[in-house]
Amino acid sequence: MTLHNLVTIIRRYTLVAIYHAGSGHPGGSLSCVDLLAYLWTKELHWQPANPKNDNRDRFVLSKGHACPALYAAAAEIGLIPHHELLRFRKIGSQLQGHPHVLDTSWVETSTGGSLGQGFSAAIGMAIGLRYKSSSARVYVMLGDGELQEGEVWEGAMCAGHYKLDNLCGIVDYNKMQSDDLNENIMKLEPLRGKWEAFNWHVIEIDGHDFKQMDTAFAEARKTKGKPTMIIAHTIKGKGVSFMEGSPLWHGSVKLRKDELVQALRDLATPEDQIKKYLDGTIWG
Amino acid sequence: MIEKKNESGPLLIGITGDTLREAFGKTLVKLAERYPNFVVFDADIAGGTGTHHFRKAYPQRFFQFGIAEQNMMAVAGGFASTGVVPFVTTFAVFCLRALEQARLSIAYARRNVKIVASHPGLDVGPDGASAQALEDLAAFRAIPGMVVVSPADPLEVEQATEAILNYEGPVYMRTGRSPARRILSSYYRFELGKGRILWDGRDVTIVACGVEVARALDAAKLLAQEGISARVLNMSTLKPIDTALLVRCAEETGCFVTAEDHNIHGGLSSAVAEALAQTHPCPVEFVGVHDIFGESGEPDELAEKYGLTGSYITAAAKRVLERKRGR
Repeated sequence: MTLHNLVTIIRRYTLVAIYHAGSGHPGGSLSCVDLLAYLWTKELHWQPANPKNDNRDRFVLSKGHACPALYAAAAEIGLIPHHELLRFRKIGSQLQGHPHVLDTSWVETSTGGSLGQGFSAAIGMAIGLRYKSSSARVYVMLGDGELQEGEVWEGAMCAGHYKLDNLCGIVDYNKMQSDDLNENIMKLEPLRGKWEAFNWHVIEIDGHDFKQMDTAFAEARKTKGKPTMIIAHTIKGKGVSFMEGSPLWHGSVKLRKDELVQALRDLATPEDQIKKYLDGTIWG
Repeated sequence: MIEKKNESGPLLIGITGDTLREAFGKTLVKLAERYPNFVVFDADIAGGTGTHHFRKAYPQRFFQFGIAEQNMMAVAGGFASTGVVPFVTTFAVFCLRALEQARLSIAYARRNVKIVASHPGLDVGPDGASAQALEDLAAFRAIPGMVVVSPADPLEVEQATEAILNYEGPVYMRTGRSPARRILSSYYRFELGKGRILWDGRDVTIVACGVEVARALDAAKLLAQEGISARVLNMSTLKPIDTALLVRCAEETGCFVTAEDHNIHGGLSSAVAEALAQTHPCPVEFVGVHDIFGESGEPDELAEKYGLTGSYITAAAKRVLERKRGR
């Protein structure tokens, strides 16, 4: 399957999971799908069959609320059965409302709506791997609103200080957060300069362009003596016309049936499959 | 890392004498060869927590995080996932600052991290209320799966440090700032999750932890002069609490005094009352700080002003004996 087809399917599954859960965060899930899919299929040195190999590369979703996209991608690469997506946020499910390492062992640490902590935990992994002389790398995805947490800048200072060149951060920079645009809530700019000032190597890309990802992640691997932050400019709600660019779809929302149908059509879903997504029979 | 505090520099305040924090720092050094799989995390306060000994002896196993406790705590969770055990060390109030990181990145993920806090309670002394954590035992006790330990003297700190290292899972342990009396004999053996009777008696059981254990022993001697036979129980593990021993003491003495350098809400008093209420209800009096903040002063002066000394424990014992007798 091409990456283009893969991400379209992951976007559909993301929304189907949120629809059946009756809650969940679609906007920030859709904005990071392309990056997630690229990381898992192209960048991470990692074997789904042996998820706890000590020398695996680690990925941490610090913006834990985007986990519908993480779970959808996990289903598509075979980490969980597809029908588990229908149990997202349901009692007794392994697919918790925010990622939890004890329920889903391929999640590297528990993250939440309590932001900034996954970033610190990823820094801890990078320090630990270096201490153990492992060549494994750590990738961590942050939301832009998340950057307002003070802990992120404690971590930024720490990773710069320790020259963690085995660490690569990605900011899913969709410019919106729960209530409004970042710039109306609490300005982040100049963002590049902030990371550079904290001794990070910074690369800016279009977070929906796989060619730019090729170049950026290769550059991050080659960068020595500094951690790398990839500021990925993205579109909130990417792929769904009525969600794109609207902060209304950030928060935990209840997706209506007509909204899911419209979204699935936007994502080029064959008409005969739409009904099956709605009643959950698509995966038997 | 450089040991910056040289002999010609200013005297370090408050680290002369046998403090629990110094005992902790020296124990880390003693354990280092036998346990190669632990490291120490510090937030620019190693001279205060006792870990400066470890920094000097094992610089490669010592990690500096600067004055940034929230990051340090969550980093510890991620670091532990690589299979090496971090001791996260700072003052107790700064552990409160990073409480939510301890909750999500350590306890919820069930990481093998040891959080060791110096400077708890009024024992902090002259720094005043801002630094006197009177809430840490309550806060960490409320986190699911978190083991909570508060040793009584330098010997117990030494044994408890090794015991928590041998335990797989998250632990919060208090040390202490001020010189502490040695009260335990060389035959003493700390066991995680077990209380120890240090002084036997039949009329009342005084359950204490940390610096209050020495004061409980003072109280037992004062009470003996008045013909009251008090038992002193060192409850150095607050969670999981030794319910079986509490039940035995309830059956044998029929009433309790709890004593802790902590708010009376949520710490040792609550842990004891919770255990007894569900097993063997009987009268309990609480000695501790009564829901107010402390202030600057020497630890003994503060203990007197805020009601933590042996004479306050003695008075509480008499009150609870009256309740037991139904007066």
